[in-house]
Amino acid sequence: MPLLRKERSALPGLNLSLGFTLFYLGLIVLVPLSAAFLKTAGMTWEQFVGAVTSDRVLASYKITFLASLAAATVNCIFGLLVAWVLVRYSFPGRRIVDALVDLPFALPTAVAGIALATIYSKKGWVGQFIDPEGAHLLLPEGIKVAFSEIGIFIALTFIGLPFVVRTVQPVLEELEPELEEASATLGANRWQTITRVLLPELFPALITGFALSFARALGEYGSVVFISGNMPMRTEITPLLIITKLEQYDYRGATAIAVVMLVASFLLLLLINLLQKWSRRHHRV
Amino acid sequence: MASAVAASLSARREQAPGHAAPRATQDPVWVKWLLVGCALTFLAFFLVLPLVAVFAEAFSKGMEVYFAAFRDSDALAAIKLTLITAAIAVPANLVFGVAASWAIAKFNFRGKSLLITLIDLPFAVSPVISGLIYVLVFGAQGWYGQYLEAENPAWPWLHAWLIEQDFKIIFAVPGIVLATIFVTFPFVARELIPLMQSQGTDEEMAAITLGASGWQTFWRVTLPNIKWGLFYGVILCNARAMGEFGAVSVVSGHIRGETNTMPLHVEILYNEYNFVAAFAVASLLALLALVTLVLKSIVEWSHARSLRTETIDR
Repeated sequence: MPLLRKERSALPGLNLSLGFTLFYLGLIVLVPLSAAFLKTAGMTWEQFVGAVTSDRVLASYKITFLASLAAATVNCIFGLLVAWVLVRYSFPGRRIVDALVDLPFALPTAVAGIALATIYSKKGWVGQFIDPEGAHLLLPEGIKVAFSEIGIFIALTFIGLPFVVRTVQPVLEELEPELEEASATLGANRWQTITRVLLPELFPALITGFALSFARALGEYGSVVFISGNMPMRTEITPLLIITKLEQYDYRGATAIAVVMLVASFLLLLLINLLQKWSRRHHRV
Repeated sequence: MASAVAASLSARREQAPGHAAPRATQDPVWVKWLLVGCALTFLAFFLVLPLVAVFAEAFSKGMEVYFAAFRDSDALAAIKLTLITAAIAVPANLVFGVAASWAIAKFNFRGKSLLITLIDLPFAVSPVISGLIYVLVFGAQGWYGQYLEAENPAWPWLHAWLIEQDFKIIFAVPGIVLATIFVTFPFVARELIPLMQSQGTDEEMAAITLGASGWQTFWRVTLPNIKWGLFYGVILCNARAMGEFGAVSVVSGHIRGETNTMPLHVEILYNEYNFVAAFAVASLLALLALVTLVLKSIVEWSHARSLRTETIDR
C-alpha cells in the first residue's frame, strides 16, 4: 500500500502542492539530515563509540544535560507562576507583560548572550553585587555567574521560559470555573483546591512545557557561549564542542557527536508528541 | 435543578465578565499582589534587564559613538547580507508553508501526521547541527566537494559551469541562505496548517462549484481567510531568519565584509572588546525583536478569533 494514498476530492492542486511540499522537504531537511547519519555509517563501531564517549565529550554531555534540567525545572515553577498571574489577575501593564514573555523567541540568541554576559560580569549591573571579585554586597562569599556553570543555567532559563508559559496559559484559560467552585462548595480550602484540583489538571501541560524547554536548552548555542567561558571539561556545552571539532577539521568526530544529539532530540520530540496527545485527551475541548 | 444553578452561574458570569469568580475561588488580595510581585520580579531580572542592557551599553559612550558603529563598511555589509538572506529565506518558506498547508488541510491522504511531524523536525535540531549537515553535504569534504573534484562527473556542463563560476556554497552566501531556510522552515507552515484545518473546505468547494478555477479559489477565497495567520507566521519567520546565529556561524566562515551577518558581526565586535559597536549592531536586532513582538501582539489582539492556534502547541 503506498505511503501517501490520496482520496478523491473536488478541490484541485493536491498533486502540485503535495509534490512541491515533498520535494522541498526532501531537499532542505531530509537529504541534509541523512548526510549526518551516512557520514557516521562510514565509521567503525569502535571509532564511533570512541568519538562520542571521550572524557571531554562526556563532560560536555553532563554540563549540557544538568544545566538544561535545572533551567527547565526553574522555568516550570516560574512559568506556571507567570501563566497564573497573567490569566487570573488583572494588574496595570498585564498585556505588555504578556507580550514580553515571547521576547526570548524574538530576540536573536547572540544578542541575549552578550547582554547576559555583560549584566553578570564582575562589573555588570547584577554581577557587581554577587561576583566574588566584585563588591558582592549581598552574599558573603559571592557567586560566580559569568564564565561558570551558573551562567549557562541563566542563559538556558532565559531561552526556555516562553515554552512553559505558552503551554500552560491556554489550558489555564480553558479550565472550567465550576471545578474550583465545586471544590470550594465541598469544603476544600483554597490550598487544597489548588493542589488537589488545579495542579493535576495543569500537570500534562506543565510536563509538556518542561519537555519543550528542556529540548530547546539541550541544543542552544548562541546565548550560552558568551556567558559560559567555554572551558573544556567544565563549561563547554555539547553544541560548542561540535563547532570546536569542526574548526579542527575533525568532521567525523563532530558528526558522531551530532548524531548522538540528533537521536536524543528525536526521542524527545517523540515524547513531546505523546505528551501533547495525552494532554489533549486530558482536556477534551 | 443542577442545570438551573449552572445556568444562573453562567448568566452571572456573562453579566460581569472578569469579575465573575465567586469569593470562595478568589485569592486574598495580599496573595494576588505577592504572586504578581514575584512573577514581575522574575521577568524583570530575566527578560527586561537584558533588553535594557543592550540599549544602555549601545548608548553608553553617547550618540556620536553609537552612530559611528554604522559608518563601518563591515557593519553595513553585515546589515545588507542579513537583509538579503531574509529576503530569500522568508519568501521561500512562505511559498512552502502555503503549499504544505493546502495539501495537508484540504485533502485526505495516508501519512499526513508523519508529514506534519517531518515539517516540525528542524525545530528539534540544534542550530549548530543545522549548520553542520549543510557542511557535510556542500563542504569541500562533502558530496558537493566530491562532485567538483570528480574526474568524470555526471552532467559535465553543470560541472564545467560550477568550476568556471567558482560557485561556492559553504563559507559563502548560498550556504548562509540554505542554513537560514532550514532553521526557519516550519514557521509559516505550522501557523497555517491548524488554521486552514479549522476552516475546512466548504468555502473552497462552493467557489469551485460556482465555476471558479483553482487559482481564483485560492486568491479570492482561501487567501483572505488566512491572511492574518500568514502575516503572523511571516513576522516570526523573519525575526528568526535575521537573528539566526548558531547555524549561520557554522557555514559562514566569518569573512569580514563578505559572509558575516549581523549576529556574526556582533560576535566579532564583542570578542574584540569593541563593546559599544557590538551593542550598537545588537540594538538594531533588539529593535527588530521589539517590532516583531508589537506586530505579533497587534495581530493576536485584533484577530484573536481567527487565530485560535498557539505559537508552540498545535
